[in-house]
Amino acid sequence: MKFGVVVFPGTWSDCDFYYVISEVLRQPVKYLWHRESNLSDFDCVILPGGFSYGDYLRAGAIAGRSPVVEALPDFVARGGLVLGSCNGFQILCEAKLLPGALMRNECLQYRCQSTFLRVENTESCFTRAMRPGQVLKMPISHGEGKFFAEHATLQALREKRQIVFRYAAEDGRTTKESNPNGSLDNIAGLVNETGTVLGLMPHPERAAETAMGGTDGLLIFHSLLGSLVEDGTFLKR
Amino acid sequence: MKARVLVRLKEGILDVQGATVRRALAGLGFPEIRDVRVGKVVELDLEGDSAETGRRRIEEMCAKLLANPVTEDFTVEIVTPR
Repeated sequence: MKFGVVVFPGTWSDCDFYYVISEVLRQPVKYLWHRESNLSDFDCVILPGGFSYGDYLRAGAIAGRSPVVEALPDFVARGGLVLGSCNGFQILCEAKLLPGALMRNECLQYRCQSTFLRVENTESCFTRAMRPGQVLKMPISHGEGKFFAEHATLQALREKRQIVFRYAAEDGRTTKESNPNGSLDNIAGLVNETGTVLGLMPHPERAAETAMGGTDGLLIFHSLLGSLVEDGTFLKR
Repeated sequence: MKARVLVRLKEGILDVQGATVRRALAGLGFPEIRDVRVGKVVELDLEGDSAETGRRRIEEMCAKLLANPVTEDFTVEIVTPR
């Protein structure tokens, strides 16, 4: 699968994604400068975490109007996949590729910590290697990760099963304490209606090697690629 | 012409920054404050002298970039016509 990792001025997780995709997953990957609007060479575009444009105006606001992001609706319509993590999720919401918005953490703290996520939907191509209710461990690092949407939008997301990850306790219960930023309904990650665009606040690229504290992030990539995980278990559904 | 755009959180949306500012003011000896909401001022200096055109263009700018329609409302004021 050919991956493109987008770089905006201020992006910082581009190198981590590039490293995981090329060295851990051994897939073809290229950096995509944000001014590039020709995506015909790629199967999956990654919008990494960071502080694109210094979070000026609103996090992801300016990046959400760049040529590469403006090219994404066509790319997705032609079957392309998009994964946005952290600032990438903010950018996807600003560009209206996903509904809702990410706001300042309710606790007002920048949260840099491990979180547990409960897998809610295993039908998207990003989650098909997971089990419903499975609990994953992934780090977060953000000050503006509180997911917000109007009531009608939230209802639609629930009905269409677009919520794929919720913040949870280690045993899988979605509690207020396990929610690091006050996101509505403990929402940590969403897909679009066709399950081909994923936005999540956690960092799967930082949970891709045992030495880094866990490999649960790889399950997203293995869902995409349909292959083995590090310990040799075949988890394709 | 010069224009001033006010971008504010929609009514009913929790403003955690505003709540923090209110607590800080209370701590500084201003307990009479009931509520604080923090917004943004964007000052624009643009060419053209038609206030009507200017306002329409600025409203487009707000819809396209300056305000997030999910969480924010905006108002446009033409300050000086030239």
